[in-house]
Amino acid sequence: MSFQTFIFYAFAAILVFAGLRVITTRNPVHAALWLVLSFFSAAGVWLLLQAEFLAIALVLVYVGAVMVLFLFVVMMLDVNFDKLREGFKSYIPVAATVGILVLVEMTLVLVGGYLGGERTVAPPASAAGYSNTKTLGLQIYTDYAYPFEIAGMILLVAIIAAIALTHRRRRETKHQNPAQQVRVRRDDRLRILDIPAEKREP
Amino acid sequence: MSLLSQPTLSHYLILGAILFAISVIGIFLNRRNVIIMLMAIELMLLAVNLNFIAFSRFLGDTAGQVFVFFILTVAAAESAIGLAILVLLFRNIGSIDIEEMGRLKG
Repeated sequence: MSFQTFIFYAFAAILVFAGLRVITTRNPVHAALWLVLSFFSAAGVWLLLQAEFLAIALVLVYVGAVMVLFLFVVMMLDVNFDKLREGFKSYIPVAATVGILVLVEMTLVLVGGYLGGERTVAPPASAAGYSNTKTLGLQIYTDYAYPFEIAGMILLVAIIAAIALTHRRRRETKHQNPAQQVRVRRDDRLRILDIPAEKREP
Repeated sequence: MSLLSQPTLSHYLILGAILFAISVIGIFLNRRNVIIMLMAIELMLLAVNLNFIAFSRFLGDTAGQVFVFFILTVAAAESAIGLAILVLLFRNIGSIDIEEMGRLKG
């Protein structure tokens, strides 16, 4: 067994085990941590597929940002976990049936002759100096420049939506209201009084 | 497909299929817990990404990896908004149990 095969099976086993622990553990903080482990293992598998830029992007973006966000939210919410697990045992038969059916169907479709045998054995080794980052960059900024811009807009919309949803107005902050400032009249600010001039006694 | 040979395309696709099935099972099992369901959705996206990258490598087409790039972007945006909704839900209802969210029913 070559080293690459061994690495593949090691990462795959950790990935599957961590995935199973995500869905079966009682504590959501543990589930989030198992999910982090599964993302790391998936990044390892992607490295085997010579997609090193995406593997690092997965670790930086997904684990570093999205999973940290999950952990923040999970730790912030004060949840009664036991109540949420009621009925867990009764869901197992249906869940296992559906899951195994999905797995069997997908495996039957994906394995073997359907794909054309000559293309599924090892792909040609990449040329020396092959850089996944450079190849991706060449594609993204030329052929896929428009989807790239749209992805940026999606992220902007997500930022605005998340802030708009969860923002709470605080009473004590001072802020300006430009519309009101423009509507001000002279009489609101200035009042002219008629006071007779006083003469000082010489 | 011998167990000791170099991993072929089928190996990677079956790994993706197993992950996908695990996340489907997870959604069925954790019906009441919104956070674990969101995590199961992330696992589903991971399985799909693995599929894309495996195909991209074995068919020599970079388009698969470009698409994974965009899937990562959209998944991050969707997680952020999903968690914001979750936080709002918790503020208003006080729990993340789906059973208690039936207020729209008449």
